[in-house]
Amino acid sequence: MIKQARDIPTPVKYLINLALFIIFLVVVNSMIASKTISGYYTKVIMLIGINIILAVSLNLATGYLGQLPLGHAGFMAVGAYSSAIFMKAASALPMFIALPLGLMIGGTVAGIFGFIIGIPALRLRGDYLAIITLGFGEIIRVILLNIDSVLGFNLTYGAASLKNIPKTTTFLGTFICVFIVCYVIHTMMKSRHGRAILSIRENEIAAESCGIKTTYYKTMAFVMSAFFAGVAGSLYAGYLGILNPSNFGFMKSIEILVMVVLGGMGSMIGSVISATVLTALPELLRAFADYRMVAYSLLLIAVMIFKPSGLMGTYDFSLSRLLGKGLSRLPARNASPARKGDDR
Amino acid sequence: MSTVISQIFNGLQSGSVYALVALGYSMVYGIIMLLNFAHGDIIMVGAYVAWIMIAKAGLPPAVGVVAAVVGCTLLGITIEKVAYAPLRKSPRLSLLITAIGISFFLENLAQLVMGAGAKSMPEIVSGPGLSFAGANISFVAMVTIVVAVISMVLLTILVQRTKMGKAMRAVSEDMDSARLMGISVNRTISFTFALGSALAGIGAVLYSCAYPQASPTMGSMLGLKAFVAAVLGGIGSIPGAMIGGFAIGLLEAFVSAVGLSVWKEGAVFAILILVLLIKPTGIMGRVITEKV
Repeated sequence: MIKQARDIPTPVKYLINLALFIIFLVVVNSMIASKTISGYYTKVIMLIGINIILAVSLNLATGYLGQLPLGHAGFMAVGAYSSAIFMKAASALPMFIALPLGLMIGGTVAGIFGFIIGIPALRLRGDYLAIITLGFGEIIRVILLNIDSVLGFNLTYGAASLKNIPKTTTFLGTFICVFIVCYVIHTMMKSRHGRAILSIRENEIAAESCGIKTTYYKTMAFVMSAFFAGVAGSLYAGYLGILNPSNFGFMKSIEILVMVVLGGMGSMIGSVISATVLTALPELLRAFADYRMVAYSLLLIAVMIFKPSGLMGTYDFSLSRLLGKGLSRLPARNASPARKGDDR
Repeated sequence: MSTVISQIFNGLQSGSVYALVALGYSMVYGIIMLLNFAHGDIIMVGAYVAWIMIAKAGLPPAVGVVAAVVGCTLLGITIEKVAYAPLRKSPRLSLLITAIGISFFLENLAQLVMGAGAKSMPEIVSGPGLSFAGANISFVAMVTIVVAVISMVLLTILVQRTKMGKAMRAVSEDMDSARLMGISVNRTISFTFALGSALAGIGAVLYSCAYPQASPTMGSMLGLKAFVAAVLGGIGSIPGAMIGGFAIGLLEAFVSAVGLSVWKEGAVFAILILVLLIKPTGIMGRVITEKV
C-alpha cells in the first residue's frame, strides 16, 4: 500500500482551491453589486485584501527568510507612487491594460528598490539588517517629501499630497492579486528555492556549507517581498486616490510587522488571518479607535513573552491535506491513519 | 566666520543630547545585545514628567528636572524587569520585536493620556548669552554642553573606577563567566538600564531646553538619530557613543547651514548606511568574530 487513498493528485488540489476561490469571488462580488454589502464594508474588505498582500509579502522576508526588515512601508510607498504617477499619465489607455500595467510598474519599481537596498543590506545580519532597512525606509520617505524641489517640477507633490489618482482598485482586482500573491509565494516555498530559503532561516552557516547560495536566495526573497509590497502599494494608491509620504512612515512598517508576528512568523494562513482580524476589528470597533494602537502594542509584547512563535506558529493550513484526511477515513477502516504534516 | 562658529555651537548643543541618548543605546547593546528601540520614548516620557511638574504643578524647574531623571530611571528598570527579563533566553529577534512593541506602547499611551498635540514647555534655565568672535552663543547651549560633558565624565569614572562599573564591563564581556565569578548578572543588567535611562532623563531635560515642547512622537526621531550616533561611534563602546553623538549633531548643523535643512534626516540615515557598509563596527567598535 504505497499510494494511499487520501492522496489527491496535485492538479486536482489546485483546481479545488481555484474553484473555491472563484466561488468566493463571485458570491462576494454579487453581494457587493446587489448592495447586500454596503459601500463602507466593501472598502473595509478591500483594505483587508491590501493588508493581506502586505503581511504575506513581509512574511516571506521575516517568517521564511528569518530577517527583520523594518522598511516595508518604504517599498509600499515606492510602488504606490510609481503606479499612481503612471495611472495619472496613462488615463487614455483602456482600463484592462492600464490597471495590470500599473500594478506591474508599481511592483517592478519596488522590486528594483528592493534589489538596490537588498544587496548592501543583506551583507549584514540580524539587528544591523533591521536598522539599515529602517534607514532606507526613512530615506525613501524623505526623498518622496522633498524630491520636487530638486527636480524643479512637480512629481510627488511632497507634503501637499499626490491627488486625483484614478480610483481603479476594485474588490475583484484586489482579491485576484491576493490570490496570485499567495499562490506564487506558496508554490515557491514548496519548491527547491523555498527549501533553500528555509534552510537559511534555520542556520545560515550550515546552509552555506551545504552549497546553498545564501546571498542569491536572500536577495531573491527580499526582492520578491519588495515586489509584492509594491503591488500592494499600487492597489492602495488606487484605493485611496490620494497619497502622502506621511502615510508610509516607520509606524506603517511596524503595523505590518505586528500582523506577521501575531499570525506566526512563517505561517501564511497566520498572516492572512491576523491581517484580516487586525484590519477588520478597528473598523468594526470605531468607538475604541483611540485604544487600538495601545492594544496592538500590548498584544505584540504579550505574544513575544508568552508565545514567541505567534498564534499559528509555523503551521500552514492546507485544504487538500484536510480533504485527504477525510477521504482516507471514508473508504476503509483498516487504512492507516493519515500521517501528520508530511505534505508540507 | 561668525555663522560657522554659531553653527558649531548649535551642532555641539544638539550633539550633546544625541551623545547622552546614544550612551544609553550603546550600554544596553553592550550588555545584552539588544537594540532598545524604546530608549527614544523614555526621553519623551521624561519630557512629559518635566512638563507636568513645571507647567502643571507649578513646581520650581529644579524639582521638574530631578523628577524627570528619576521618572526615566524607574521607567527603564520597569521595562527591563517586565518585558526584557522574561526573554533573556529567547532568540534575539523576539527581544527586538518586544522592544519595538514597548516603543509603540509608550508612544500611543502618551498620545492617549496627554493628547496628540504638543505641550509647550516653560523655560527651565535662563541666563545671559555669550558673545564669542562675533557669534552669539545662547546660555542654554552652554548649559547643555557643560551638563552633557559632566555627565559623560561621571559615567566614565563610574564605569572605569567603581566595582559596579567593573561588573558591567565583565557582564558585557562574557555573561556566563561573569556569573561564575559571583557577579549578580540580573542586578548588573538592571543597573545598566537604570544608568542609561537616567542619562536619557538628562537628555530629555536638555532637549526640552533647546526645543521647548513635548509631544508623543518627539522621542522616535530623536531616538533613531541617537541610535545612528551609537552605530557611527561603534555600538557597545562608551567613548564611541560620545564621539558619534557630537559628529551627528555637527553634521546636522552644517547640512542645515548650507540650506538643505529638509534633507537633514536623509543625511543622517545616509551616514548610517555608509557606516554599516564600510565599517559596520563603527569608529571605536570591537570586531566580534562569528562562532559556529
